[in-house]
Amino acid sequence: MDEAVRSLLGAASRGGTGMTPDLMDQGARALELLRQRARTAESGSGGRHAAWGRPLVAGEPDFAHGVALYLDDITVSFDGFRALNQLSLAINVGELRCIIGPNGAGKTTMMDVITGKTRPDPNSAGRASFGSTIDLLRLRESQIAQIGIGRKFQKPTVYEQLSVLENLELALKNDRRVQASLRSRLTGEQLDRMAETLALIHLLPEVRRTAGLLSHGQKQWLEIGMLLMQEPRLLLLDEPVAGMTDEETERTAELFLSLEGRHSLVVVEHDMKFVDQLTQGWKTVTVLHEGSVLAEGTLAQVQADERVVEVYLGR
Amino acid sequence: MKKAAEIDSRGLRPQRGLLLGVRGWTTVGGALALVAVVVPLLNLVVPPDSPLHLGDYAVQLIAKIMCYAICALAMDLIWGYTGILSLGHGLFFALGGYAMGMYLMRQIGRDGQYHADMPDFMVFLDWKTFPWHWAVSDSFVAQMGLVLAVPALLAFVFGYFAFRSRIKGVYFSIITQALTFAAMLLFFRNETGFGGNNGFTDFKRLLGVPLAQPSTRMVLFVLTGLTLIGFFLMARALVNSRFGRVLLAIRDAETRVMFTGYDPLAYKLAVWTLSAAMCGVAGALYVPQVGIINPGEMSPAASIEIAIWAAVGGRGTLIGPIVGAFFVNGAKSWFTQVFPEFWLYVLGALFIAVTLFLPQGLVGLWTRLSARCSGRRAGGGPA
Repeated sequence: MDEAVRSLLGAASRGGTGMTPDLMDQGARALELLRQRARTAESGSGGRHAAWGRPLVAGEPDFAHGVALYLDDITVSFDGFRALNQLSLAINVGELRCIIGPNGAGKTTMMDVITGKTRPDPNSAGRASFGSTIDLLRLRESQIAQIGIGRKFQKPTVYEQLSVLENLELALKNDRRVQASLRSRLTGEQLDRMAETLALIHLLPEVRRTAGLLSHGQKQWLEIGMLLMQEPRLLLLDEPVAGMTDEETERTAELFLSLEGRHSLVVVEHDMKFVDQLTQGWKTVTVLHEGSVLAEGTLAQVQADERVVEVYLGR
Repeated sequence: MKKAAEIDSRGLRPQRGLLLGVRGWTTVGGALALVAVVVPLLNLVVPPDSPLHLGDYAVQLIAKIMCYAICALAMDLIWGYTGILSLGHGLFFALGGYAMGMYLMRQIGRDGQYHADMPDFMVFLDWKTFPWHWAVSDSFVAQMGLVLAVPALLAFVFGYFAFRSRIKGVYFSIITQALTFAAMLLFFRNETGFGGNNGFTDFKRLLGVPLAQPSTRMVLFVLTGLTLIGFFLMARALVNSRFGRVLLAIRDAETRVMFTGYDPLAYKLAVWTLSAAMCGVAGALYVPQVGIINPGEMSPAASIEIAIWAAVGGRGTLIGPIVGAFFVNGAKSWFTQVFPEFWLYVLGALFIAVTLFLPQGLVGLWTRLSARCSGRRAGGGPA
């Protein structure tokens, strides 16, 4: 148990017999924090400490320091317009981080930089690393995907001419080289995994359907399913519930919460209700504005922040 | 995730193993019998005055069209499946043809006009020794290696730089068109050592066997047919593998492919190079049967025609380009006999009509019609 939990519990026990709603709230928060810690410990390396004895595997991200993604001083400009302005951001292993911000705040550009689609300005000193060892700025898009960063686009992009099953098959984590693709056969284990994912994204009845015929929400789910098949360590989700019905949005929130801990998630979203569901009142929300971090804190905290209100309402 | 055990994944297993269905294999078997048994019998055994006799002209025409069909199939792999329109496939066809032509020129020996050791055009240019690129031209095996290697190597190098620079769509098409045009200008020059604008012709022998002999022609015909069927089966296997699905995925959403961890460069390069090599083989089969190869095969129009065959037959199906090559070239040989001056207009109109009204080509039309027919039969009367 560490400092934060202890202080919360301490406050709760000092309350003595009179359990005021305040104290019960605090207790609940402490419990949630503990659960969160436990979940993090399940993931790749959470809970372990950096030590000398660990062999460093090339191409394998090292999460022993508890940081999944680390952006430092990233600047990207397009024709003089600074889409990202000395952005620094760290995402912990197993964390679910929501990122909000007005249009043009640089949210999508940030994802482009992480996934290798856009490069930071050539003479900027920025750094982007995955785990503590892998320099993302030196890798190509496909390599970044291979080391375990999955990305969902704003507009659902699935392979429209292929069936739902084939879409998942292509995303399945395996050898991505040409030779391997010529004689790959699905093993029973892989089929089980696909069935499991299909059930999770509620597309089991549509397995044989051409992906182009799915509804908008179903395509969003299929894309999320494809991401899961890749077994990424870090998921970047750009407006994942855009165009979904309320029920679908709720199910998506449940899905993401179940992924938390095993994967690190970065969710960019405008829908505050959805953000509220995901952060459960205590997780960190980052507000981007004009290419850098404007505020960080719980959703309630950032919503109360003067500057945040200002950029959103444009006073 | 406890639910996983309850979900039955057996239903998901795709049915594989057999490359084609029963109907597919029957068609392939029929095509094999036609090429290897029926046509040789009708041409060589049935007497010429019988109505069943198949003339030499018809045999040569079919052989020629089968070579074109190989090109159309190669075009379909790169265009129909991967979404990359090449307007330079005539170049690879011509390169394969020239590699074969060089060997055939050496086979003429001293039977040429000048009765010299060197091919006639070299004697005419007063060359005393063979240029460097003719070094292995008297070896059949080496030249056949070049038939595959030259188009494949050129395609690989060109493709590597084009795909790495992420040149796509119409820009790629224009560059390939420029490439074949530049090659045509190069081959027109006498100094290049490929016979200038006359190219190679007047072939006498292949592997010491006279080309004019009916049995030689028939062997070449059968060989062409078998190659076409073989390439068809190979293409089918490719398309059915995960490789084929990655190609389709590249066509539909290349960025998604990239962010799923596949390197599109490797996949595009592989299918592009394969496609070029297939065209090279088609060219090598074409030259001894038609008896001439000249830079005209590299003209932009020749390459565009290959794309038209694929489009007319039906892109994205494997049988489509073969149907298209037979349909367009059959129409061409009929029209150029009856209304020679109208053929190009007809071809243009055909291409426009197919683009506007039949995006799936003739094969798409056929499937639509047969679906409607069977739908009517199943429906049983007015709905």
